[in-house]
Amino acid sequence: MSATTRFTLTLAVALLAAAALPALAQPKAPAAAQLVAAGSEIAFVTRQMGVPVEGKFGKFTAQIALDPKKPEAGSVAFAIDTGSARFGAAETDAEVPKSEWLAVSRFPQATFKSTAIKAAGPGRFDVTGQLTIKGHTHAVTVPVQVAQSGAASTATGTFAIKRLEFKVGEGDWADTSMVADDVQVRFKLALSGLAPL
Amino acid sequence: MDSTPTYTRPAIALHWLLALALFGTFAVGAYMSDLPVSPTRLKLYNWHKWAGVTILALSFVRLAWRLTHRPPADVPMPAWQAKASHAAHVALYLLFFAVPLAGWAYSSAAGFPVVWFGVLPLPDFVPKDKALSELIKPVHATLAFAMAAIVVVHVAAALKHHFVDRDGLLDRMRPGRA
Repeated sequence: MSATTRFTLTLAVALLAAAALPALAQPKAPAAAQLVAAGSEIAFVTRQMGVPVEGKFGKFTAQIALDPKKPEAGSVAFAIDTGSARFGAAETDAEVPKSEWLAVSRFPQATFKSTAIKAAGPGRFDVTGQLTIKGHTHAVTVPVQVAQSGAASTATGTFAIKRLEFKVGEGDWADTSMVADDVQVRFKLALSGLAPL
Repeated sequence: MDSTPTYTRPAIALHWLLALALFGTFAVGAYMSDLPVSPTRLKLYNWHKWAGVTILALSFVRLAWRLTHRPPADVPMPAWQAKASHAAHVALYLLFFAVPLAGWAYSSAAGFPVVWFGVLPLPDFVPKDKALSELIKPVHATLAFAMAAIVVVHVAAALKHHFVDRDGLLDRMRPGRA
């Protein structure tokens, strides 16, 4: 073979190899799972002078890209419609959108964006991320349990936040003997299309 | 020497203690329901409920005492007055239970379990149900106002007996006697 031919062949192989490398280095993006609103719920419980008071968010969306077998490569993002908070008590429902509480007109959404997902046992994950409510952002780590039945999965878990860190309940309502600082958030998310555990 | 037969000391104590508690709780209840939502209103609602439950508990004690300790015989009075006073007392005893029980049910139906003094959770004997709460709310208010009306008559009649008939009736319930 002539020098020119050898050179051309080498160059061609080099170029092919270079072209193939990115495909080898880049991990496959995790498949997106869909949130099934009908079977999903985000609830929160606080205490008013010792009395447990529970509310729910009626509207929220989620972007979930997760391969349960490789959780570190996954991501989870939520957007919650703050105006959809309901307590089932007329006066409470009328109070919560106000500026001392969720200030819905200024902050129509509360969001969560994951920064890390770790496996924590069979069907269990620790999802760390940034929670933003009323313009204030704090890191939370949420323990999630996933149960699967065919193509349907259910993710459940609870975690606590401190409402004053997000300025929810300001002025006179900052008094934690009236409404406790601790708020338990409880979620149940019905997902379709999540890859097998 | 005073020979007016009196109620027993525990009966007298319970009467005045509960009279004070009922008056105060009624006054707070009437005032608080018109307030706009605020921490003060939340405080008053809870104090009202705690007081109401305490009244309910003490009313059991009071009833048990009454059933085991006969009050002094009536002072002489026309038969219709004696009948009316007995009926009023029976009605009051019924309301001592009905009013706080209705209030407790209203609170549960409205979705606010009663937590006595913020520490002892009491059971919900009715479920959280908006329609039910709207049904019970006026029952609690109406029974409370009926009780207040009977109390007004009760006080007026007692004063009439003592100061118009001059039959020493108030001495029967005077603290420090017996």
